[in-house]
Amino acid sequence: MTDETTAPVGGVLECVSFSVNGQTYCLNIMSIREIRRWANVTTLPHADSHVLGVINLRGNVIPVYDLAVHFGLGKTADGQRNVVIIADIEGESIGLLVESVSEILTVARTDVQETPPLGKDGHDSLIEGLITVGDEMVQLIDLRTISMNRESAAA
Amino acid sequence: MPNADDIRGMFFEECDDLMEALFEGLNLLENDEAEDDTVNAIFRSVHSIKGGAGAFKLDDLVSFAHKFETVLDELRAERINADAPLIAVMFGAADHLAHLIEACRDDGEIDLDRGTALLSDLDGYISADNSPGDDFVFEPMALDFGELEAAPPPDDVVGIQFQPFAKLYQNGHDPLLLIAALKARGTLEVAVDHAALPSLSDYNPDDPKLVFSMTFSAQDAELVVEEVFEFVEGICRLEVTPIISDDPPPPGDFNDFETTIDAPADDHDVPTDLPDFEPEAEQTIAPAPQPDAPPAKPAAEAKSGKSSGKGESTAAQPTLRVELDKVDRLINTVGELIINQAMIAQRIDQLELPGDSDLEADMTDYKMLARDLQEGVMSIRAQPVKTLFQRMARITREAGSATGKSVRMNMIGESTEVDKTVIERLADPLTHMIRNAVDHGLESKEKRIESGKPETGEISLSASHSSGNVKIDVADDGAGLNRERILDIAITKGLIPKDSDLPDAEIDKLLFLQGFSTNDEVSELSGRGVGMDVVKRGVEALGGRISIASTPGKGTKFSIVLPLTLAVMDGIVISVARETMIVPITAVIETLRPEAVDVHHIGKDQKMLMIRGEYVPIVSVRARLGMTDPIQEADEKVLVLVEGSDHKRCALCVDGIQDQRQVVIKAVGGNYGHIPGVSAATIMGNGQIALILDTDHLSTTDDAHLAMPVSPAERGLIAP
Repeated sequence: MTDETTAPVGGVLECVSFSVNGQTYCLNIMSIREIRRWANVTTLPHADSHVLGVINLRGNVIPVYDLAVHFGLGKTADGQRNVVIIADIEGESIGLLVESVSEILTVARTDVQETPPLGKDGHDSLIEGLITVGDEMVQLIDLRTISMNRESAAA
Repeated sequence: MPNADDIRGMFFEECDDLMEALFEGLNLLENDEAEDDTVNAIFRSVHSIKGGAGAFKLDDLVSFAHKFETVLDELRAERINADAPLIAVMFGAADHLAHLIEACRDDGEIDLDRGTALLSDLDGYISADNSPGDDFVFEPMALDFGELEAAPPPDDVVGIQFQPFAKLYQNGHDPLLLIAALKARGTLEVAVDHAALPSLSDYNPDDPKLVFSMTFSAQDAELVVEEVFEFVEGICRLEVTPIISDDPPPPGDFNDFETTIDAPADDHDVPTDLPDFEPEAEQTIAPAPQPDAPPAKPAAEAKSGKSSGKGESTAAQPTLRVELDKVDRLINTVGELIINQAMIAQRIDQLELPGDSDLEADMTDYKMLARDLQEGVMSIRAQPVKTLFQRMARITREAGSATGKSVRMNMIGESTEVDKTVIERLADPLTHMIRNAVDHGLESKEKRIESGKPETGEISLSASHSSGNVKIDVADDGAGLNRERILDIAITKGLIPKDSDLPDAEIDKLLFLQGFSTNDEVSELSGRGVGMDVVKRGVEALGGRISIASTPGKGTKFSIVLPLTLAVMDGIVISVARETMIVPITAVIETLRPEAVDVHHIGKDQKMLMIRGEYVPIVSVRARLGMTDPIQEADEKVLVLVEGSDHKRCALCVDGIQDQRQVVIKAVGGNYGHIPGVSAATIMGNGQIALILDTDHLSTTDDAHLAMPVSPAERGLIAP
């Protein structure tokens, strides 16, 4: 589900921002189902490096991804504030491990800047847009790129 | 409002039920167990299908059903007897009706030739015993009411009381159109009684009050009225009264009829004059009365039958149609409740409460309730195998007529309940087995007589529950397997070595080998190169096993053992690299701890296990799944000997075997895609996920994923 379908163009966008190994990212709040504490994962064989494994979410087996690995930032460092964001993507749930959740941002649609092309190895395809909050740049994640079980998600 | 497709879907769903009732009735007739109402029940089924089909303009279906219905009407009036040939024709007709319904549902091809042949068969029963034309429809009336027969009026005159119920309007009918349709077929006088109409301020548009009183004269007036009002049956009050007097009374006479909502319908109480319409004091809220069809017609009984159900031989349990999705969600939630219960129980154990704590007792109750709930919910998905068996009976008849053999099917345990999905997926393997049994199993008529057997071959299909499984047997009373020929063919086709000397049971099993077909001539029915191996694979895909037993001269029996549901599976719980995994028990032959002498090395890494004179490759699950674990593998390993669906065996090397238990199968969500070596996942009692291994994949040798390194295994975990 893309943001275009959940909020009218020109409307207001609500995002949950979180930090991933020092960088700040955010996700459309409409695609987030819940935020859970980190729990044991069951590792999957032959999985990509950004796939941590699967967890039990009330009887559903859902895959969990390490966003830091996904964006090529190394593994998410262990910490007390680590959480798993359960997000909905095309009706299926996935889990995303992040360092910590920061806040809920409310921005106008028009304030979301399109990601400039970043070249061959850039992350522009993983990022839907950029939002400025104070001095900080927040990257709006394109969820669809995460669940793909690709050979190499991160450089 | 449901759209047209939904309604169409509902019609076809209803057709399934009706066909089931139809076949049930025919079976009763065939077995001479028919009760008074059996023929009526059959008639009702066909009639309802006709009615529904008419609404969707399925003309082929309507015309065939009509012909069928006409013959049934003859049967009901006892003008023809339900002898064996007629029953055969009716079975044929019912099969064709099922075929037509399927064709209409799937927009498939209609086998017109067969329909034509059957129609002429059916016609035989109509014309042979009756004067043709419309007359026969009225004959029952003539039988019952001598005075009508004596002087049939040129034009029948009937008084009609028509009061639409709210439902009629809700269903999109329009009384005006009905009246106009009636008017087009004869002379009609209409008066409307609006006495019951409240004042405008109290007017409720959803509560119709109008009563139409009509006097209608036409040829076969009652029949015409019945036809016109056919589709508003049950959603209006319709009273048709024959008027003998030449002068139709002024419609105004009916005006007494104010508040009557429900005049008790009595099929046999025939008013010979204008009925005395007394206002009924009591208003019934009960379901709409069936329209009073012409009293003397047996049809009246059939029409009212559906709701009244009087004299039904087997009272149908009221049912509720629920989307499968909703049930599955419920099953999921209950499964989670069970796991949650196990977790709470574990936590309470850890608290080490005093032994006499009430909490323990309450926990036991909770556990029992949760189990009851799970069983109850699981049983929703379960359905009797009856429909499947009836379909198989149809296939038996078709196969019988295609091969020119006389066959009858004997069904045992049709009420055995099995998971809906299992039933659906059993249809193909069973069809195959039945065709095989008729084509290959049963001998020709001549041979049967020669060997002193009854001319009609018997296929018996039985279902039963045994120790948490469902057992389905397909048996024939044919010649039994010709083991010499099976052996010959297997050798000729190069399936086994030339000088093989196999025990009988092993020879029988050759049937399941790929590319095996025993009949010399490739027949229309079976022997398309696909044989029992397809059946075997189909059964195994359902987590079941198939076995075969044959006695020369007595027959052959195939037995299928299936799990009760697809959602649950028996598995062996193993541990590999500190992860818990499940090996499906259907694949496991045995577990063993190998002696050092039995393990042989090939090359650098590959090992072979010598077991009972056979070399079996040893596959390390850990290496195969690309798992890394700091703890070095111990040499003394436990092996699980498994057999894949292609009969390839291999010994899975695991760290330990923990348990054998039932697990609930869960798919890995999030569109994750296929995981090599893993078929699904399950949730263990402690809430942790265990992967279910795909033994077929593990036993195949070529694998591109072997080299892939996996890093996340050692990820440091934070205690929750």
